[in-house]
Amino acid sequence: MDLRFTDEEIAFREEVRAFFRQALPADIRRKAELGQRISKPEMLRWVRILHDKGWATPSWAPEWGGTGWDPVKQYIFKEELHMAPAPEPISFNMNMIGPTLIAFGTEEQKRHFLPKIARMDYWFCQGFSEPGAGSDLAALRTTALREGDHYVVNGQKLWTSTAHHADWCFLLVRTDPAAKKQQGITYLLMDMKSPGVTIRPIVTIDGHHETNEMFLDKVRIPLANLVGEENKGWDCAKYLLGHERSGIARVGVSKMRVRRAKQLAAQVMSEGRPLIEDERFLEKVALFEVELKALEITQMRLISEIGKRDDKLPDPKSSILKIKGTQLQQASAELLMEVAGYSAMEFDPAFVSGLHSDADADEWALTLAPNHYWARHVSIVGGSNEIQRNILAKTVLGL
Amino acid sequence: MDFDLSDEQRMLQDSVRRLLAEQCSFEQRHAMHADPAKAAALWRQFAELGLLGLPFTDADGGFGGGAVETCIVMQELGRALAPLPYFSTVVVCGALLRAAASADVRARLVPAIAAGDLTLAFAHSETQARYDLADVRTTARREGAGWVLDGDKRFVLGGDTAQQLIVSARVGSDIALFLVDAAQPGVSRRGYAMQDGGRCADLRLSALRVADDAMLGEPGAALAAIERATDEAIAALCADSVGAMAQALDLTMEYLKVRKQFGVAIGSFQALQNRAVDMLVATEQARSMALYATMMCGDPDADERRRAISAAKVQVNNSGRFVTQEAVQLHGGIGMTEECQVGHYLRHMTMNDLMFGDTAHHLRRLARAGGLIAA
Repeated sequence: MDLRFTDEEIAFREEVRAFFRQALPADIRRKAELGQRISKPEMLRWVRILHDKGWATPSWAPEWGGTGWDPVKQYIFKEELHMAPAPEPISFNMNMIGPTLIAFGTEEQKRHFLPKIARMDYWFCQGFSEPGAGSDLAALRTTALREGDHYVVNGQKLWTSTAHHADWCFLLVRTDPAAKKQQGITYLLMDMKSPGVTIRPIVTIDGHHETNEMFLDKVRIPLANLVGEENKGWDCAKYLLGHERSGIARVGVSKMRVRRAKQLAAQVMSEGRPLIEDERFLEKVALFEVELKALEITQMRLISEIGKRDDKLPDPKSSILKIKGTQLQQASAELLMEVAGYSAMEFDPAFVSGLHSDADADEWALTLAPNHYWARHVSIVGGSNEIQRNILAKTVLGL
Repeated sequence: MDFDLSDEQRMLQDSVRRLLAEQCSFEQRHAMHADPAKAAALWRQFAELGLLGLPFTDADGGFGGGAVETCIVMQELGRALAPLPYFSTVVVCGALLRAAASADVRARLVPAIAAGDLTLAFAHSETQARYDLADVRTTARREGAGWVLDGDKRFVLGGDTAQQLIVSARVGSDIALFLVDAAQPGVSRRGYAMQDGGRCADLRLSALRVADDAMLGEPGAALAAIERATDEAIAALCADSVGAMAQALDLTMEYLKVRKQFGVAIGSFQALQNRAVDMLVATEQARSMALYATMMCGDPDADERRRAISAAKVQVNNSGRFVTQEAVQLHGGIGMTEECQVGHYLRHMTMNDLMFGDTAHHLRRLARAGGLIAA
C-alpha cells in the first residue's frame, strides 16, 4: 500500500500544469477565475488548443485520438484542468457521444463523426429528458416512425443544454410503442439544422441561458444516423452510466473554489481584520477541506479498484462519488459566496454570462451568488442524488 | 498509488479476523468483561500469533511491522470491540518506546511485550491539560543518583492493570519520560471502566523514587516523541473506529433485511435505504482518511504529519458518530438495549471520539495550521 503519487505521475502533473500555464489564453483564464461563462467562440478556441496538443479526448480509445493515459493520469489531468482554472471541453462531445460511437457506431459513423466531435467541428447536445421523463428516463414518449430510408420524429425534449450552440444532437426516441419500457427505444443522431427542430430558451435561476426546450415536428433523420440497433438504444444510453467516472466528483473544481475563497478572504475585511484571520471562518474552511481530502482518496481508491477489474464494468460504488462530489461542489460554491458578504448582492446576469465586464462593481463577487444557485443543479442532473442512493441501496447494500 | 494490501498483510488481516470471530463474539466479550482471566487467554493467543511484537523491529525482538500492519490489527479489534490492552500497550507505548527509549531499554522490554508477559500504559494526561500534550504539571526532581516524581495523572488507558507505566513529568521547563514499575511504592491507582467497557485509571504519584536510568531519552526530546507517538496512536485509533463503524453498518444492514413491519422487511422502505446509503458514504469517507492517517503518521515533517492526523481524526470522528448513531436509529427500540450489539458500537465510538483530541480540538489545530489547501 502506498498512497503517494509515483515520480512519473508527479512529473506528469508538472507537465500538464506547465502546459495550461502557457497555452490557456489569458482572457479565458480570467473568465474562468471570475466564474463567468464562456461564449461558443471561446470554447471552440480552447478546445482546438487542446486538440492540437492531442489532449481534447484523453479517455477515448487511442486509435480514435485518446491519449492512452491510465485512470490516475486522467484524473490528474482533469484536476489540473479544473485548477488552472480552464473551461472543461463540452462533456456531450468528449464524454458522451464520442465514447458511445466508439462502442456502438458503424465504421462509417466513426470515421465521419469522431474527428469532428473531437475538434468540436460538430458541437453535440443531448436529447434525452422529456417533460414526462426525468429520473424515469425510460418513460420517454418522443416517437420515430420509419418512412422509407428515414425516421420521422415527433415529440418534445427538455433540458437540452447548449442546443442553441449545437450542430448535432444525440437523441433517444421510441420506435416500438408496444414493447416494454426500456425496449423499443432507439438512439439517433440528428442534424440540428433539420426542418422541424425548434429551440426555446430556458433561463435558469442564475440568470443565464444555457438550457432549452426542444420541439421536434416531423423531423426526418436518415436511417444511416441510427446508432447501434433499432430498439436497442437503451443499451447505448446505459453504457455511459458508471463510465467516465474519473472526473465525476470534480474534486478539482471544489479545490479551486476553496483556494479562491482563501485568497479573497485575505482581502475582504471583517471586524477590522482580514476575514482569513477569523477562526470561525478558518474552521469552516478546514472542515470542508477534510471532507474534500477524504473524497479525493475515496475517488483514487475506486479508480484503482475499477482499473484492476478485467471486465472494466462500471462500479456502482461510483455513485458515492456522485453524491459526495456534488454535495461538496455545492458547499464550495456557497462558501465562496459567503466570503463576499454584501458584495454578493449585485445581480448582473450579463456579467455572469460573460457578455460584458463591469469595472465599477465588485467584479470578483458578481458571479458568486449565481454560481451558488447554478451549483444546485449538480445533485439533480446525471441521475439525481436520490436515484444514486437507490442504486447504492440495491447494488452495494443489498436492500 | 497502490491501495492493495500485500499477501502477508492480507494473511494478517484474515488471521486476526478469524481469531476474533472465534474467540470474541458478543457473548464471549461479555464474559471477558466479567472475568479478566478469559481476556488473558485471548491475549496469549495474540502473543502466539506474533501480534504483540508486530510494530517492533527484529533487532528489538519484534516482527518488523509498520503503521499499515498496526492499522490492520486495530481495524479488526474495533470491529470485534475486543477488550484487550492492545492499543495502550502495543500501539501507544510501543510508539513511545520507538520514539524515546534507548536500544537497551527496547531490547529489555520488547521481547516481554511480544511474549504477552508485559503490559504498559502511558501516564500522561492531567486534569487541567484536556487535549494539550504540552501541559504537564507532574514534576521530577533530582535526588541523589535518581529522581523523585510527584503529581496526579488521569485517564491512563489500560492503567489499572499495566505492569509498567511510562510517566511524563516536568524537569525544569522540559518534559521527560520515565519508566515506572506500577507496583512500586509511591504509585497509587484507582481503576475504572470506561463507557465501552475498556479500562482506565487515575494515578497519584507521591514521592515516587526511580533510578536514574528510568528516564527514557533526553528531557528536551520527550515532547516531540510524545507528539509523534500520539499521532501514530491517532492513526491506529482511526483504523479502530473504521472497523467499529463498518461493523455497525453491517449489523444494521442485516437487521433491515430481517426485521418486518407492515408485513415487509423494513429495508424495503426508501426512507431507511437513503439513510443507510448515507451511512455507507460516511464510512467510506472515514476509511479513506484512516488510510491517509496510516500513510502520514510516520512522516518526519511534523507540520505535514500533524495536519494530516488532525484532518483524519475530524473525518473519522464525524463519520463514526453519524454512522453509529444512525445504526441505533435504524434498529429502533431494540438498538437502545444492552443486549443488542449495535449500541455498544455507539458507546465505543464515543470513547474513540474523545480520545487524543475530539473533533473541535483537531479542527482548531488544523485551521490554525492553515488547513489542507494552500491559498
